[in-house]
Amino acid sequence: MTEPLLSVRNLRVEFPTRRGILTAIDDVSFDIMPGEVLGVVGESGAGKSLTGAAIIGLLEPPGRIAGGEILLKGQRIDNLDAEAMRKIRGKRIGMVFQDPLTSLNPLYTVAQQLIETIRTHADISEAEARTRAVALLDRVGIPAAARRIDDYPHHFSGGMRQRVVIALALCAEPELVIADEPTTALDVSVQSQIIDLIKEICAERGAAVMLITHDMGVIAETADRVAVLYAGRLAEIGPVREVITAAEHPYTAGLMGSIPTLTQDNARLVQIPGAMPRLNAIPQGCAFNPRCERAFDRCFKDRPDPIDRGDGRKVACWLYDAAVAAGKEKVNV
Amino acid sequence: MSDALLKIEHLTRYFDVSKPWLNRVLEREEKQFLTAVADVSFEIKRGETFALVGESGSGKSTIAKMVVGLLGASEGTIEFDGHRMTGTAGAEMRDLRRRFQMIFQDPFASLNPRWRVGDIIAEPIHTFGLLKGADVTNRVGELLDTVGLSAKDAEKFPHEFSGGQRQRIAIARALSSKPEFIVCDEPTSALDVSVQAQILNLMKDLQDEMGLTYLFISHDLSVVRHMANRIGVLYLGRLVEVADGKRLFTDPQHPYTRMLLDAVPDLALSGRRRKPVEGEIPNPINPPPGCAFHPRCPLAMPRCKVEAPHRVDTATGYAACFALETQPA
Repeated sequence: MTEPLLSVRNLRVEFPTRRGILTAIDDVSFDIMPGEVLGVVGESGAGKSLTGAAIIGLLEPPGRIAGGEILLKGQRIDNLDAEAMRKIRGKRIGMVFQDPLTSLNPLYTVAQQLIETIRTHADISEAEARTRAVALLDRVGIPAAARRIDDYPHHFSGGMRQRVVIALALCAEPELVIADEPTTALDVSVQSQIIDLIKEICAERGAAVMLITHDMGVIAETADRVAVLYAGRLAEIGPVREVITAAEHPYTAGLMGSIPTLTQDNARLVQIPGAMPRLNAIPQGCAFNPRCERAFDRCFKDRPDPIDRGDGRKVACWLYDAAVAAGKEKVNV
Repeated sequence: MSDALLKIEHLTRYFDVSKPWLNRVLEREEKQFLTAVADVSFEIKRGETFALVGESGSGKSTIAKMVVGLLGASEGTIEFDGHRMTGTAGAEMRDLRRRFQMIFQDPFASLNPRWRVGDIIAEPIHTFGLLKGADVTNRVGELLDTVGLSAKDAEKFPHEFSGGQRQRIAIARALSSKPEFIVCDEPTSALDVSVQAQILNLMKDLQDEMGLTYLFISHDLSVVRHMANRIGVLYLGRLVEVADGKRLFTDPQHPYTRMLLDAVPDLALSGRRRKPVEGEIPNPINPPPGCAFHPRCPLAMPRCKVEAPHRVDTATGYAACFALETQPA
């Protein structure tokens, strides 16, 4: 087995507040293989974006990594000082944020921003950097790149701006790109263009992608594997096809049923009662137990750890525990 | 058709986006207009859900605002249950206003943070003088119950509720004047999918119980497919296709509708090969001449660049495209 490119082990992110410590990410572990696209889904507040921010070392204080480790090709990166982390950020891990308007500086031309980034990571002349920047813009599908490179971000439309951001994330040839809701601010027709672009370019350069989104459709089209987060915990992880067509965790199953599709006819959507608990009110045991139809005694007492289901699937649910599967424990389904 | 509750004919709305007078004189520029909605006509029958879909800038929300009277129309007419809304005023308009309500996209902005939920819901009741005294409190309790909250919640403030619960409050407020027709402008796009499912189910249940008619506006095709009986597709303020709910998805006629459907991410993992989508929505201040879609259209012909296409009748509605005219049916 090849070594994972990125390995997150028992990651725990906390926010100390006046009323006590809030645990926003609680014991989350996953790997990303080289060249792989890992989708991370969850509802707002599930900890998707925080996971990305923790990996790249951009947690906003007072948030802090309180436990676990993050390894990039076997090297720990969660305990690096700011200077060392800066060398990794951008160079080895690229980042694409949700809102292309706020992730570009409105006061600099696209050329200035791209050239600055390229020259930060590679020791080349300005002219060379410019040639490389034009080639990149051309690659991400900006028409007349050589002319438009001297435009300011506001000259570009939303979709074009997101292409610039992708070019910016890729300009140091990173091994991993973290894309945090890259298409949420865009219209569907532009969204599909951007998804195709991310997929193509990363495949071409062999970069792995961690794609954070709330949109299962985007994951289905793009990712190889998917991790489902709920209340800061990993609910289920596995190959996209299996998780989408045969979800095992009751939360994933409910989530899939609640999405209206273009092909199926349902009079009513499956609905999960209630809402995700706030961080200061996560119930004892499994975080999903108040909303779960299949919850039984044990779910209210102990928290389930991800249980290995073979084929790289893991499900954090007591229903799949060996004792339950063997019928030793009673489950009222 | 006599059972049309809402009838919109040749509705058009311009916005003046000119520079100030002095700049125009000094820089010798003409006045500039943005056509947000151009010659849109459709009917909504009693008890059905008519959906408008389109990308940002296609004029969906502008139509919604004109229908409820928050914006005036530049040209064209809106008829509600046989009454022309343009030109109607005073007591007659007041009576009409009671009969339609609106649910907005952002439940964080559409509820007054300094009012108690009970007061928010009771406001339309007071405005239209429907009930008095203790009856109002009882009615508010009933309404909260209808939308899945408890009567005790009337004492709370909006910030004590989550996004989905706030949208329920907005629905209760819309229902409080006993309307027949509700305009829903992206009611679930600020919500998470599991909460979205709850709200969509609630809206369908209410429709069944009270015989409501919805104008449902959304950019999400799968939500629209789930909710609507009939669908209108907007592109740059023009209605390019109208068809029955399911038919639009199985047999799209207009090339823009096809492109839009192709662009929706495929949850079913059918492995279909997508046609790559080309281009973006052009600037509405200077829309392309002829058919607004021709620069992105795979079927564009020379005629599309000069003439605006007319409606061509299709199986369950119509589409505005020259390619359909020339094709033998």
